[in-house]
Amino acid sequence: MNEIFTLMKHELSLTLILFILLFLKLGKETWKAESTLGFISLLLLLNFLFGFVMNGTGSLFGDMFHTNATIAFEKNILNFGAFIISLQAFSWLKDHKHLPEFYMLMVSTLIGMFFMISSGNLLMFYLGLELSTIPLAALSNFDLLKRQSSEAAMKMILSSAFSSGILLFGISMMYGTTGTVSFSELPQHLDGSALQVFAFILLFTGFAFKMSVVPFHFWTADVYEGSPASVTSYLSVISKGAVIFVFVTVLYTVFKPMAEMWYHVLFLASVLTMVIGNLFAIRQNNLKRFLAFSSIAQVGFILIGISGSSQTGMASVIYFILIYVFSNLGAFGVVALVSALTGKENVNDYKGFYKTNPLLSWVLTISLFSLAGIPPTAGFFGKLFLLTAGAGKGNYLLITIAALNMIVSLYYYLRIVKAMFMDANEQPIEKLIIPFLPKIALFICVAGMIALGFVSDLYNYIYSLSFGM
Amino acid sequence: MNLSLLILFPVLTAIAILFCKGLKQVRMVALFGAALQMVLTATLLFSYWAERSSGNKEQMLFQFGHTWFAPLNIEYYVGVDGISVAMILLTSFVVISGILVSWKMETLSKEFFFLLLLLSAGAYGFFISLDLFTMFFFLEVAVIPKFLLIGIWGSGKKEYSAMKLALMLMGGSALVFVGLLGVYFNSNAGSGVHTFDLLKLSQMHIPVEAQRIFFPLTFVGFGIFGALFPFHTWVPDGHSSAPTAASMFLAGISMKLGGYGCLRVATYLMPEAAHEYSTIIIILASIAILYGAFATMMQTDLKYINAYSSVSHCGFVLLGIGMLTKTAMTGAVMQMVSHGLMTALFFAAIGMVYDRTHTRMVAQLGGLLKIMPFISTVFFIAGLCSLGLPGFSGFVAEMTVFMGSWQHAELFYRIATIAACASIVVTAVYILRAIGRSIMGPVTDDHHLKLGDANWNEKVAAVILIAGIVAIGIAPFWLNDLISPGAEVIMNKVLSIR
Repeated sequence: MNEIFTLMKHELSLTLILFILLFLKLGKETWKAESTLGFISLLLLLNFLFGFVMNGTGSLFGDMFHTNATIAFEKNILNFGAFIISLQAFSWLKDHKHLPEFYMLMVSTLIGMFFMISSGNLLMFYLGLELSTIPLAALSNFDLLKRQSSEAAMKMILSSAFSSGILLFGISMMYGTTGTVSFSELPQHLDGSALQVFAFILLFTGFAFKMSVVPFHFWTADVYEGSPASVTSYLSVISKGAVIFVFVTVLYTVFKPMAEMWYHVLFLASVLTMVIGNLFAIRQNNLKRFLAFSSIAQVGFILIGISGSSQTGMASVIYFILIYVFSNLGAFGVVALVSALTGKENVNDYKGFYKTNPLLSWVLTISLFSLAGIPPTAGFFGKLFLLTAGAGKGNYLLITIAALNMIVSLYYYLRIVKAMFMDANEQPIEKLIIPFLPKIALFICVAGMIALGFVSDLYNYIYSLSFGM
Repeated sequence: MNLSLLILFPVLTAIAILFCKGLKQVRMVALFGAALQMVLTATLLFSYWAERSSGNKEQMLFQFGHTWFAPLNIEYYVGVDGISVAMILLTSFVVISGILVSWKMETLSKEFFFLLLLLSAGAYGFFISLDLFTMFFFLEVAVIPKFLLIGIWGSGKKEYSAMKLALMLMGGSALVFVGLLGVYFNSNAGSGVHTFDLLKLSQMHIPVEAQRIFFPLTFVGFGIFGALFPFHTWVPDGHSSAPTAASMFLAGISMKLGGYGCLRVATYLMPEAAHEYSTIIIILASIAILYGAFATMMQTDLKYINAYSSVSHCGFVLLGIGMLTKTAMTGAVMQMVSHGLMTALFFAAIGMVYDRTHTRMVAQLGGLLKIMPFISTVFFIAGLCSLGLPGFSGFVAEMTVFMGSWQHAELFYRIATIAACASIVVTAVYILRAIGRSIMGPVTDDHHLKLGDANWNEKVAAVILIAGIVAIGIAPFWLNDLISPGAEVIMNKVLSIR
């Protein structure tokens, strides 16, 4: 009994929050929106801090669920991201009539992701994935009066269902050829037969949908554009990050015997993802859509790190996602704030933004620089370590393609910077008053982006948690 | 001497600027910071001399290392030899005069000086780094401020130029990074512990097959910074659109990052490939020298004239490196210092003229010597230095490159050297023509008669740069003694594999 509490404490503490929110909703007392939001953010902060203490290592339920220091750290990253998003959602949610439900849905998707990360079994993994996906579709629909939002939710649920179907098909094939679905037993039964390769490709497709790897990315842009900005940032950071964590672990442990094969798959997928993501991002005018394509391109870089298949590879992926949480949430934080206060989301609306809102402009600029990988922001280290990990394999063609893609991506990030700083505008966005909670969130993001690269102990710690093949 | 202060001071000044109010405070803080940098570099120079004269034969002095990312073996590792000291001196000269000429930067002054100082921190960091990763970090730190400097405070088609410059330089650094990774993974082949440490790498031998791939990447990558033909196209646009101080920084410091990288990283670490590719480098450098010179003849805008002549002059740097002799290499470094000072002076003078007359077109200027004698004299001195008049630094540097090139007896090298020499004649034509038209002759525009001469800040800036130029021009031996031991170490490594 005691063991369950220590090993599942991340999940249990989230469940507790879920219940508190439920009582909050059902209770007779109607709180002011501001104080509710503050209270929930406080809960999420406590939850995040609680993630650092009393971490155990072990497995439960016949190896269905397992946890260790690496997994705990990954969960902490996600908890942290959820906390920042809850701060940022303030200006949008404070007039929303279903405020607690937003957080209930968010927390339940987070629980699903935690189960997915901790899964020791393909079925458990599938369960976690579904638990996280279905509430996400509801979240996409949370701008209740906007048609676009419902459209996004519809697209999300349909494409998820489709990808789940493929994933299940892959799982059943895998079971058919090996006779097991347990992660610990699978490697011994993998011999690289044609059917197993086919099963792997199906599984990979399932993952690729969630990570929006090209050519399975079509849902991304529409869903990101239609969903409320806070949900979009949640989708692009937390939900993507969780799947990538699992993906690395599964590739490095379960599919280790097939490494030769999946390296080529990753190579192809990463080149396609970078190139297509970048080329489409150039032409976007809606900032949420733009960030969607840029996040697709970022996944291409992450795949390079994964393809390194070494301890450095895994460390660089976790490190990058940690930095990505700060950078992307910094960018989305500004976009969400502006969108909530003025309803403007286009690049052209941001022309002359610096004249009226210098602080927000700098936050967005630093975030974009970090996404583009420009020093002294942390994104520089994150991206270069991914490339370094990939270069360990000796495939310099891939690294050169990636390096050239960094230039393309720089172009479109600088386009936004140019709009804010250099372009003149008759009617720029008026001076915005940033509420307290989003201000804290932006401050944390900027501090993280500037400091993380220099705090090398963090990277060393992540490295010690990682493992290679 | 703690070298990290060179990075710390500009960064602290930049942060201090963020807390200032109004142009007056900002520029005082910036000037104070730049003066501190100058004091610091002077201290560095003297303590370097003191160490050397006391018999310290170590390759790199004042070393300091601190582990940064242990799993990847990345270190923050700094140290200087004579070449780096020369480049650091150049940087501090350009920084202080750049800040002085931007004395009246009214629009967004805080941001302007902040970015200038950030850029200088990047340049210092680059020149003192002995770890390739740290070096790359600082190289990129020195790129992006330029995008903002040109895009926000520039003139003409500034957005286009800023974007072009940023993308081309980032392209260069992307190639550099692939090259550096190649070096990293080919270090200590077999034992599994790779290193970015420049000194350790110089003791190792990188497999020749790997050098053949990664030398061109590294050299071209750095070469883009140093206006290697045909990747020089960002230079004219970038320089002409940039505000005065940014032009000075760009031509005086940033282009030198490239030359220094070609020398210190590409040639030093991959000597075999440097030999194999030297023919191509020499051909490209000669083309750049001649092409730059002839292209300058066609220009009518003063900034374009100086920008294209920079392409030509920076060709000498790459020519000196490509020749692979000790004298030529010393000459290349001298040319970097000399061109940095000279071109900064030139851009400063052009900026001063433009601030007053609001035109940079040679045809619309005339008789400036009567109206603004000080500025015209500065302009004249910069021109004379550019065309290589003895007594100024340009002559010393280019002469050294020619001397070094002439040491090769083969016909190919002779032709390249003669072609490069021939460019001096062309240089004389365009410089004398531009000067003759704009500062001599009758006053073409009566409005110009009302204009005043240089202010104190502009005078100080010009005097500082001219002092540097003359100090090298009249007594070149101190710079030569500073540089040549460093160049010798590199050349010994290059020649040892023959």
